[in-house]
Amino acid sequence: MSTVWVVVEPSEEGWSESAGELVTLARSLGDVVRLVTWSSPFDSLEAGRYGATLQYVVAHDESRLVADVVVGALDELSAREGSPDAVVLSSTYDSRDIAGRLSVRWSRTVVANVVGLRHLDGDGWESEHLVAGGARIAHTRVQSAALFIVRPKSVTPSTIDAGPVESVDVPAGSATSSARVLSRMVEEREGPDLESAPVVVSGGRGLGSAERYQWVDELARLLGGAGGASRAIVDAGWVPYSRQVGQTGKTVAPTVYVACGISGATQHLVGMKGSSHIVAINKDPDAPIFQVADFGVVGDVTTILPQLIDLVRARRGS
Amino acid sequence: MKVLACVKPVPDPSAPVAYGGDGRLDRRGKLVLDEADSYGVEVALRLAEATGGSVAIASMSDAGDLSPLRSALAMGAEEAFVASDPRLGGADALTTARVLAELVRRAGAEVVVTATESADGYTGTLAAQVAELLGWPALTFASAVSVEDGVVTVKRQSESGTLEVSAPLPCVVSVTAGSVEPRYATFKGIVAAKSRPVTVLDLAELGLGPVDHDVQRVVEIVEAPGRAAGEKIVDEGQGAAAIAAYLESIKVL
Repeated sequence: MSTVWVVVEPSEEGWSESAGELVTLARSLGDVVRLVTWSSPFDSLEAGRYGATLQYVVAHDESRLVADVVVGALDELSAREGSPDAVVLSSTYDSRDIAGRLSVRWSRTVVANVVGLRHLDGDGWESEHLVAGGARIAHTRVQSAALFIVRPKSVTPSTIDAGPVESVDVPAGSATSSARVLSRMVEEREGPDLESAPVVVSGGRGLGSAERYQWVDELARLLGGAGGASRAIVDAGWVPYSRQVGQTGKTVAPTVYVACGISGATQHLVGMKGSSHIVAINKDPDAPIFQVADFGVVGDVTTILPQLIDLVRARRGS
Repeated sequence: MKVLACVKPVPDPSAPVAYGGDGRLDRRGKLVLDEADSYGVEVALRLAEATGGSVAIASMSDAGDLSPLRSALAMGAEEAFVASDPRLGGADALTTARVLAELVRRAGAEVVVTATESADGYTGTLAAQVAELLGWPALTFASAVSVEDGVVTVKRQSESGTLEVSAPLPCVVSVTAGSVEPRYATFKGIVAAKSRPVTVLDLAELGLGPVDHDVQRVVEIVEAPGRAAGEKIVDEGQGAAAIAAYLESIKVL
């Protein structure tokens, strides 16, 4: 009998796409699936429906870093109840820190960028994880208990016929770090969340200047979508990090993705090639973005984008 | 204050990626300093300058080719510590963290700076692992770093914005790409880098035991599923209308 812990950030809505994906995956790996979150519990009906068998909710003091609190709590839990055969975590900042610290505490290997995972009949795990910036997949045999950081949208969530799970409150772990959170800044957002928006319009270096990103926002707004970005313009400081799509940023899979002046480095493609339809505008006919685009226009994005906005606005108006 | 910047030589990103039969990345071609590390080195130099300290470089890599580390030294680091041992080939992030934590102890550093993830491995857990091994706080995913009166303060990325987080020394910091503008090495720096001390240590000298390669073993490397390219037109004034028509055909417009 295998025990799998699923570590996933809480959601104001009481459930999240990420929780659904990870619990579904965990259900295929072990008989005992314990959902671990912090601050606020997940809806116990939802947790049960996706296959969790218990939920741990770690008390989180907002003045401390999530990883510092959660790792201590999980360590104390495992000392009492035994440590799990596998831990699956989402690919967020806090989760990566949790995985890092737990790997040291429990002397376990970490596999990141996981897109597939199964329990081997004998013992251990076989994981599939993205390498080479997402161009290849490494099939890896993992011998013993391990930590797996799973990429978003790698698993199709599914439910089973099961009742609600019990929630167990877990006290914050004893202080492991003297780091303190002094303040929080939440970026204001209009329109849908980038990761779940039905339409994503993203801008890249081809826009030529930070001011022109407003066209990306405008088209996104008109189409009821969200604005994304390539790493190049995030690094250049044109837009905040939370807009980045790709290996190190968000993974999106909208109905349509419109890439405006993005060349399409492998690291960007990995974050968006699960989109149902891809439209690309780029002046370089050989840009890699065209290899994944369903509809590509070779041309100057600074000319085409304003025209497109006018056309969309006209149709929306009529 | 002594600041240690952890860096990694990676295959030249402009060359095609190749894997050996053992599933490991082929590192026989030209290696360069991971671009992500240039931000870490820059942050380390600024922290040292702000406190009248110095920067050392730490790396787990093949000491046969020191040129990627020399480029970090040329930016202004004073010395380098390199863990080099054939048994470390294919090591997982935890092993790498154990090795680097040992180099931190050797260097006597008070602040360790890393990138958020390497351009070849992309695990993104190393800073937290090194911090845990040392028993230090980890200020990770930082887009701005400052130090004052023995306290390091960073702006940390979160899923929805940023947090301001601080910790007293000693601590580990990981910095995001683009957080600072890395300086170019001057001619004087490049010349000086050639004579900066480089300490090379193997596993035995680091006091570390054998590496268990069975914890993770790559069985096969396959191409990630691709996507077929669709229609491509050249804009001659009709591009925007063609996109609008396409959006209409898929019922988005």
